[in-house]
Amino acid sequence: MIPESLKNELKARVAAALTNREAAVDVMKELQSHCGWLSDEAVVAAAEILGLSTLQVEELATFYELIYRRPVGKRVIHVCDSISCWSCGCDAILAYLRQNLGVEPGGTSADGCFTLVPCACLGNCGEGPTMMIGDTLYGRLTEERVAEILEAERKALASSNSSN
Amino acid sequence: MERILLPEIRPAAPVSFADYCAAEGFAALKRALRELSPLEVQQIVIDSGLRGRGGAGFPTGKKWSFVPRDLPGPRYLICNSDEMEPGTYKDRVLLEHNPWLLVEGLILAAYVLSVNHAFIFIRRGYETPAENLRRALAEAERAGFLGENILGSGFSLKIDLHVSAGRYICGEETALMNALEGKRANPRSKPPFPAIKGLWGGPTVVNNVETLSNIPAIIRKGPEWFRGLAAIPEAAGNKLFCFSGQVRKRICVELPLGTTLGEMLEGPAGGMEPGRTFKACIPGGASTSFFTPRHLSVPMEFDSVAKAGSRLGTGAVIFFDERTCMVAATLNLVSFYARESCGWCTPCREGLPFVREVLTRIEQGRGEPEDIEILREHVKFLSFSFCPLAPGAMGPVDGLLRHFEEEIREHIVKRRCPVRN
Ligand SMILES: Cc1cc2nc3c(=O)[nH]c(=O)nc-3n(C[C@H](O)[C@H](O)[C@H](O)COP(=O)(O)O)c2cc1C
Ligand code: SF4
Ligand code: FES
Repeated sequence: MIPESLKNELKARVAAALTNREAAVDVMKELQSHCGWLSDEAVVAAAEILGLSTLQVEELATFYELIYRRPVGKRVIHVCDSISCWSCGCDAILAYLRQNLGVEPGGTSADGCFTLVPCACLGNCGEGPTMMIGDTLYGRLTEERVAEILEAERKALASSNSSN
Repeated sequence: MERILLPEIRPAAPVSFADYCAAEGFAALKRALRELSPLEVQQIVIDSGLRGRGGAGFPTGKKWSFVPRDLPGPRYLICNSDEMEPGTYKDRVLLEHNPWLLVEGLILAAYVLSVNHAFIFIRRGYETPAENLRRALAEAERAGFLGENILGSGFSLKIDLHVSAGRYICGEETALMNALEGKRANPRSKPPFPAIKGLWGGPTVVNNVETLSNIPAIIRKGPEWFRGLAAIPEAAGNKLFCFSGQVRKRICVELPLGTTLGEMLEGPAGGMEPGRTFKACIPGGASTSFFTPRHLSVPMEFDSVAKAGSRLGTGAVIFFDERTCMVAATLNLVSFYARESCGWCTPCREGLPFVREVLTRIEQGRGEPEDIEILREHVKFLSFSFCPLAPGAMGPVDGLLRHFEEEIREHIVKRRCPVRN
């Protein structure tokens, strides 16, 4: 369920923009951070808030790399596979992640914690191989370092579950 | 050498408002608003020889001069901070170090163009730069450098920050305008050019972060000084270069335009990794054709690099050592573009996956002799696309064919990769 308060907050943002469409990306992002992904319900809500048809929202939602139109795990891991990271071994990092998480690219681990997505350059090319989890960039990845990061993320997820 | 954008030693924290002002920050803006007309500021930028740092190298002052001064209705200025070209991370480093140069540069450019509403379009994942900019914009407004009636001059400006959701094509200027308007970010046809009809139909200028960040120093110190920074008389100013690949120092540095590739490699990039030799590099980001050891003496500036058969692009230099298979490197680059194609036009949507397929079979030892001709034809065919993305993708393929045809042939004859196996 998307709370009325969030809808109203987003409607206010739309009203402050030059045109209603201008706020479309912001509205999709906010709804996604509430729902975890841009669910069908969120698309309908976005359309209502923006004064667009659901088709018009869909056309935008499917365009962007960071809008998820399918359910994802609690954390999405974006691994850069562009040229600079490729030249310093991102293939091995991606292979390690697939094995550690037991998923193919695009898939979600069985425990629902992680979705693995190869992605375009993250602008961290001097520090490759690079991945991004949430808003955090991790560079100079090695298998050991990836293992540590996953462990830390799992712990953080477990403690946020138990405190809820 | 004198540096404008990035000092050699950079503290961890971004430059503060007080520090910026103490180093003559906003002096250019104060002087321009008090003493110079918009056209005079524009003339200084024209005379400086500043060329766009976003990839195409178009002369900045000239681009501004295309905006008609007499059209009624709102006009817009957009700072392009999408930076998704693989290998390129200069705008991030710049904004992490000093967001003020961009803020002051944007205000000056808006003054020239009589723009009252500007946008900074920044990619997702650049959280620190976005945060630095939010803070800088708020502080500039408190200090009276932004908002209504700036410093009592009668000139007003509002700057909005738009955080994107990730897609390479949004960096192309007309796609960017669609993205800002909340439309699907396919490119628009030109003409009409943005200078006449851009964002919401108003005259619009799009400039890169680094381009705009150069403006305050140009106004403060004058066009001759700026031209004199370059290493050769044909070029003007410094440029941010960002190194990646198999070099010792994978860093972003400010260097005089016209510094040779060899000087860069042996100097600031620290040479190849221990025990490795230089095989090739991409001189200016993922869409540029390869350079080889033959090109080490090329001055890294727009015209010299173009004359040598590539493009200076964004100044992202990606170095490859002798263990790199150039077919595999090209395949990686083409795969990026095939995935990032916006799907609008057929040569790109259908052509790039096909080229990817051809390179894949060559790399896997399943190539046929006629594949070389097929690749060559596609360099030509993909130039018939709607926007520069697909021709950009074929830059490295063109370089592969011109400099490494022997290596392709070896893959085909030996039916395996001769470099990695
Ligand atoms: C596919 C594509 C992606 C681009 N991405 C960027 C980008 O991320 N940042 C940028 O400044 N320019 C980018 N450009 C170039 C812009 O279209 C435009 O030329 C540039 O922002 C103009 O700024 P300048 O004159 O200051 O260089 C891109 C161009 C194409 C064709
Ligand atoms: S060349 Fe590619 S990115 Fe450009 S309009 Fe055509 S499909 Fe879109
Ligand atoms: S190529 Fe991986 S971050 Fe740029």
